[in-house]
Amino acid sequence: MTSATVQPTAPAGQSAVLRGVKQGASILLAVATLVGLWEGYKAFGSWSGGTWPGTTRDLPVPSDNLNMPHSYDIVKQLFEPVTRRADDTLLVFLFKSAWFTFKEALLGFVIGTVIGLGLAVAMLRSNWLERGLVPWINVSQTIPLIALAPLVVTWGKSTFLSETQSVAIIAAYLTFFPVAVNGLAGLKSPDSEALELMRSYASPWSKTLFKLRFPAARPYLFPAFRLAAALSIVGTIVGEISAGVQGGIGRVVLDYAGKYSTGPERLYGSILAAAALGLFVFGLITLVERVLTRGQGVSGT
Amino acid sequence: MFNKTKPRWRLFGVLVALVLAAAACSSSEVDDAVGDAADTVAGDLADGTGDGAMADCESTDDVTLQLQWFAQSQFAGYYAAVAEGIYDKYCLNVTIAEGGVDIVPQQQLGSGAADYAISWVPKALGSRAEGIDIVNVAQIFQRSGTLQVSFKESGINSPADFAGKNIGSWGFGNEFELLAGAHKAGLDENTDFTIVGQNFDMLALINGEIDAAQAMTYNEYAQVLETINPETGELFTADDLTVIDWNEEGTAMLQDAIWADGTKLGDAAYDDQTTRFIAASMEGWIWCRDNADACVNHVLDAGSTLGATHQTWQLNEINKLIWPSAGGIGIMDQGLWDQTIEVATSEGVLAEAPDDGAFTTKYAAEAIDMLGDMDTTGDSWSPTTVVLTEGGE
Repeated sequence: MTSATVQPTAPAGQSAVLRGVKQGASILLAVATLVGLWEGYKAFGSWSGGTWPGTTRDLPVPSDNLNMPHSYDIVKQLFEPVTRRADDTLLVFLFKSAWFTFKEALLGFVIGTVIGLGLAVAMLRSNWLERGLVPWINVSQTIPLIALAPLVVTWGKSTFLSETQSVAIIAAYLTFFPVAVNGLAGLKSPDSEALELMRSYASPWSKTLFKLRFPAARPYLFPAFRLAAALSIVGTIVGEISAGVQGGIGRVVLDYAGKYSTGPERLYGSILAAAALGLFVFGLITLVERVLTRGQGVSGT
Repeated sequence: MFNKTKPRWRLFGVLVALVLAAAACSSSEVDDAVGDAADTVAGDLADGTGDGAMADCESTDDVTLQLQWFAQSQFAGYYAAVAEGIYDKYCLNVTIAEGGVDIVPQQQLGSGAADYAISWVPKALGSRAEGIDIVNVAQIFQRSGTLQVSFKESGINSPADFAGKNIGSWGFGNEFELLAGAHKAGLDENTDFTIVGQNFDMLALINGEIDAAQAMTYNEYAQVLETINPETGELFTADDLTVIDWNEEGTAMLQDAIWADGTKLGDAAYDDQTTRFIAASMEGWIWCRDNADACVNHVLDAGSTLGATHQTWQLNEINKLIWPSAGGIGIMDQGLWDQTIEVATSEGVLAEAPDDGAFTTKYAAEAIDMLGDMDTTGDSWSPTTVVLTEGGE
């Protein structure tokens, strides 16, 4: 950070376009590969009659349309109405559900980030706190979330918390961790010369924190935010399934899982929507980072 | 370009925007806190005669009903009572809380998060034995809806045919009718057949991973009939399947009942509210019996992914579980209660038979009185034939 350089604008713009094209192409290639593997396995299965060729051993997953619907049938299902009565197509319905989940996850992300940053600053301030807290922070992530979720839901139900707020707390439980850990590393990252310079200015601790340590922590924080954003979606979906919150993508996945045999394409569609939501928040944080570091030169990644 | 201030303020701005957005998202959803206005409406009660027609509520009681699962026709009577304003008529403002994977209705009731809960009798008695004081105040379903379904070619026509087979069960307390049936036929699940954990869908049966699958008449059984048979390209039909019905095998256990908080029963206001809640719920079920199509629409309005023919089938099957109710809807059939306890104790669900306080017909009987000359037994009701479609849409 101390040696930030300014890149010439024009080539940077050009390379951004090029980078975008390359990125788009690699995403397309990844999707095509996945579809190819899926359909290839299905074709192999129907050619061999569902067994390894020359043996009577079954393939690990039956390749028929009930267990593995065609990828084009999944896409087709997205443009069919959710139910015969509904106006929305499955795609629109999944989009609305994903938006609902996004709002819960956002609350969880904000709570987790605030707690994570608070812990990082507290641990920076006091060695004693750091030594005391770090083991607990690590232990917190070894507790399986699905064991914890019902606890939060039950507890939330008998307090003032709404279902969606309980779900946000479950999401926050996952998100605070990377922010706290990376945040502390980032806040500690300035060189000792830089810290000594601040000291020579007689800069108070808080001023050093905001003028030096936080800016220096940025390259540590954004990867943590990206991870935390994706985790907030995971936590929210686990919470939704646990509490049975109506409206979110977790409920949709659970619902379609129970009706799997009568419409496998719908379950695959809802899983794709959950994955897309995870990618979306990941991209969103990246976008925020780009905006914040525009004109800042290399941000250290 | 060493201006460090600008980006920091941008970061601050983004954080503020995030906090505001998150706060806006949540504050609109906080409003379901339920006040505990236990005002007695005894005056209204005394006036209300005949068809439960209670006008001019002095006050309205807020009531939360906890279901076992998501909105579906299994709970149609309660949804209809809300949508048709039946609860309003009884001076109740009812909030229906859907279940979830980790929501145990008895616990919600015991912890005070719900005022009443719907639960199966053996599961609720298990909770009662663990010290949650809940009381069965209305036995809505008079029969068990659990089946063991297999394909004809498996040759499983009775529990005795389980021998040597893989028998699916959901577990979590859903296996006891099946185990009792097998034990009755002299089979032991440890030596004579294999119990296989089953998901809440019918894929394992269709894939042939299990020989017989657990299925509710009103849900999973229909799902098989909504699935295309990969061999014929047509839907599976009832002719492809053999069904073991635990009601016929004599090991059926009672299912959906309304449970109340035993610590509050005896309190005049809660008693009064309980009677009105049961009466209104019964009226909802009677309405769904007599107006099945309109009732299904209320259910469909409560969940966006519900298929119309599937829910129509489900309501028809649920009506079969309720009607006819020999003693009137909600009145406990002592014989079936005894059978439920017998199976529960012999299968080790319960260490001992519950005490006499586990169920009471007092409130259900008072509720039936409130319903006046409505048909509460449904003797003349007959089920319809619902044709299922692919995917139950």
